[in-house]
Amino acid sequence: MKFIVSIILTALLSFAAGLYLGWWSLAVAAFMVAALIPQKPWKAYLSGFLGLFLLWGLLACWIDMKNQHILSQKMAQVFPLGGSWILLILVTALVAALVAGFAALTGSYVRKK
Amino acid sequence: MRLVPLLISAVVTTGLVVTLSMPLGSIPPLGGFLSPQEGFWQNAEPTDQDYTMTLRLPPLKEQAEVYFDDRLVPHVFAQNDEDLYFIQGYLHAKFRLWQMEFQTHAAAGRLSEVLGRGEENRILDFDRNMRRLGMVYAANNSLQVMESDTTTKKVLDAYTAGVNSYIDQLTAGSLPLEYRLLNYRPEHWTNLKTALFLKYMSYDLTGSENDIEYTNAKSVLSRELFDRLYPITQDSLYPIVPKGTDFPLPAIQPVAPATADSLYFRWKDSATIVPINKPDKDNGSNNWAVSGNKTQSGRPILCNDPHLGLSLPSLWFEMQLHTPQSNAYGASFPGSPAIIIGFTDQVAWGVTNASRDVKDYYAIRFKDESRQEYWFDSAWKPAIVKTEAFKVKGGPVVLDTVAYTIFGPVQYDASFNGFDRATAETNLAVRWQAHDGSNELKTFYLLNRATGYADYLDAIKHFTCPGQNFVFASKDNQIAIWQQGLFPAKWKRQGDFVMPGTDSSYRWQGNIPQPENPNVTTGVDFVSSANQLPADTTYPYYLGGNFDLYRGFAINRYLRQMQGITVEDMQALQTQNYNVFAEMALPVLLKNIKEHMLANDEKALLETVRSWNLRNDPEEKGVAIFTAWFSNLEAEVWSDELAAAPKPVIMPESFTLVEALLRDSAFAQADNITTPNKETVADVVTTAFKKAVPLLKKADAEGRLAWGKYKDSGIRHLLRQAPLSRFHLNTGGGEHVINATKQFHGPSWRMIVHLTDKTDAWGIYPGGQQGNPGSKYYDNFVDDWAAGKYKKLWMMTETEGKSPQVKYTMTFNKL
Repeated sequence: MKFIVSIILTALLSFAAGLYLGWWSLAVAAFMVAALIPQKPWKAYLSGFLGLFLLWGLLACWIDMKNQHILSQKMAQVFPLGGSWILLILVTALVAALVAGFAALTGSYVRKK
Repeated sequence: MRLVPLLISAVVTTGLVVTLSMPLGSIPPLGGFLSPQEGFWQNAEPTDQDYTMTLRLPPLKEQAEVYFDDRLVPHVFAQNDEDLYFIQGYLHAKFRLWQMEFQTHAAAGRLSEVLGRGEENRILDFDRNMRRLGMVYAANNSLQVMESDTTTKKVLDAYTAGVNSYIDQLTAGSLPLEYRLLNYRPEHWTNLKTALFLKYMSYDLTGSENDIEYTNAKSVLSRELFDRLYPITQDSLYPIVPKGTDFPLPAIQPVAPATADSLYFRWKDSATIVPINKPDKDNGSNNWAVSGNKTQSGRPILCNDPHLGLSLPSLWFEMQLHTPQSNAYGASFPGSPAIIIGFTDQVAWGVTNASRDVKDYYAIRFKDESRQEYWFDSAWKPAIVKTEAFKVKGGPVVLDTVAYTIFGPVQYDASFNGFDRATAETNLAVRWQAHDGSNELKTFYLLNRATGYADYLDAIKHFTCPGQNFVFASKDNQIAIWQQGLFPAKWKRQGDFVMPGTDSSYRWQGNIPQPENPNVTTGVDFVSSANQLPADTTYPYYLGGNFDLYRGFAINRYLRQMQGITVEDMQALQTQNYNVFAEMALPVLLKNIKEHMLANDEKALLETVRSWNLRNDPEEKGVAIFTAWFSNLEAEVWSDELAAAPKPVIMPESFTLVEALLRDSAFAQADNITTPNKETVADVVTTAFKKAVPLLKKADAEGRLAWGKYKDSGIRHLLRQAPLSRFHLNTGGGEHVINATKQFHGPSWRMIVHLTDKTDAWGIYPGGQQGNPGSKYYDNFVDDWAAGKYKKLWMMTETEGKSPQVKYTMTFNKL
């Protein structure tokens, strides 16, 4: 239960922070959630990772769908991803997930002293 | 002990955040770039984007409405000029901000700031070349003139305020994609930037002088041979002003300096220079107007298609600009106020390039390496030395000094050999008409308000550079054409070569008075121009420049024959693929080819070109064979004559060879002077054909011999980013053809205006209204343009705001 709550809370808090602050605020959000909700470090890592993977992945998916892949297909050639919009969304999601995972891990270690 | 893992994960987290916040080489900071909330995903415009909105902007005087039609063309309805141009600036910025700034950076020699110095300093050298040509100097001179005129000052100020009003409310989410890719931010717009943009058009359209190339050719050719290779008139010429027109006696009679034969024409002078960044010599255009006597409706029709380098985002932005006092529709330049090519409720106008030579080079003799003083009229004269600073992305500031002489800036000297363009001993100052302050904007401002011929004539008189052929038609059934510009009155061949810069006698001796510019205003049923010579040699001034021949010939031949003309006929003519050049050249080639010397596969290709219908249609193979054959023939004929000349030299024009062959079957230059044999025309024609075969066979084997594939047209993004470009368009046309679509160059805006009571206008350009590559409006005109289709242009009236053609409405409120 804590795991699911952490994932959702991380995603929500990151989204809200992203409305006012730069992209790096997702690290702060993931850190805070992990510091507040006690979990094993690997679980904290995973919930941070998944929270942002889902947030950025779904946001990008939603934008891309409404855009009918016009831009993603071009950008997936500018970055050599063979024009694949799926890969571009995956890369987007992974970058945020990686940062959030480590931020959450840090948060969980702070709590554990 | 959890401290160690805490520290490790904290360091990793921080490291990731920092790394993703920094640019890595040419990759922008990835964190912000990839963020769906602030990064490039924000440029992915929903395909059902609603542009309707209400804005409240302090500088506005009154409320204004902007209606967008289904092609995203804004129809601006403002109550006064200030609001009109404020909104035009705002809209240009909203749809094309990055391109506007990028083009003015290019004009100002500031591309290194955003792109870095480039491979082998290519970008830095581009920048230095622009500064040394005096682009900023020229723009400042014009800005002074524009701002001293109260009307244009008002227009400029309003436009600049509009652009800046948009820039000031830009958010991280609304930043154009290219700023993100290159990781920089827009700066404020200024009136100087508009002046720079207009000077860039002067640069693009008056840059095709060949002073240095001709000087090199002259150094190895006899005077007679030079005149044969680079003639100043043409046999097949169909000039803008019909032959046989009487010209008044000239007001100015320029005198060649007494020393011209010994100092200027002596046939052994040379400058070892390779050309760089010279604008495309085919920056030209077609325009014509037919009177009601020739049309089905009895009303005039005006047509224009300016040929320029094709790019995305497009050079043009389509708009309607309306106030209670004025109404104009047409193509505008993002970066400049007003409609540039278009029509009002009463008249239509269009432009083609005059192609006259208004840029000359002078060899300067400096006293010493400091370049502080130069020899002029038997004395040492101080130069004005300016220091130019170049900010370079990822590097220190680069300084450059440029000496300004009485002629203009010394563009090439020991410190700037560009791409090995100049030798250390050569100092060349440039005298360019565009250096002089002028107010071309006033021409467009007035044309946007023109109601008849008198207004048109009054408007174009403000236009000095680049010289343009302004075609005109009005609803009261008048048609006219003026070659308008401020042209120096030159003695014969003045400025075709580098001139001595030590003597005032070589300076320009005055300008041709405007009323003596070539014009056709009465007594004809049609007028036209296609960058050909404006007049034959009875025109009392030397016309120096580079002129096309065949497009003008073809257009005039068609127009002379046509009767009962409709808009559809004009669309067909504007996209006409018939090749008049091949009509004249191919029979000579076919007559001379020694068929018995050809192998079977060569004969097959010959058969294809022999049965070709002379049309540059996309599926035709004959045109590829002809084109390759002719260019090999040119190389065969001229290379030996020019082999000894210092580089660069320029090949004679295609028409020179065709006309020589038509005139003289025993054409002497056919002989290759480097071989002991005496080659005949038949020999070189056959050799040229055989040399063309391997590439043609390869193309055929790969299925690329059909003209559309062989030519392989495309429209490139300004940054040459392939994914943001459109390649492999299957189009016909080409050089010397009315449909002048070449590989990356061609009709940048096709417009046809039928001056019926309710104006019936058609047009299209190869791009889309949105500069954003993430919008469906980025390139939505391209396929129709390539297919030769047109869109109906809607001259909207104020009462049509509720029309179903209106898709979105932007309301601009004052505060």
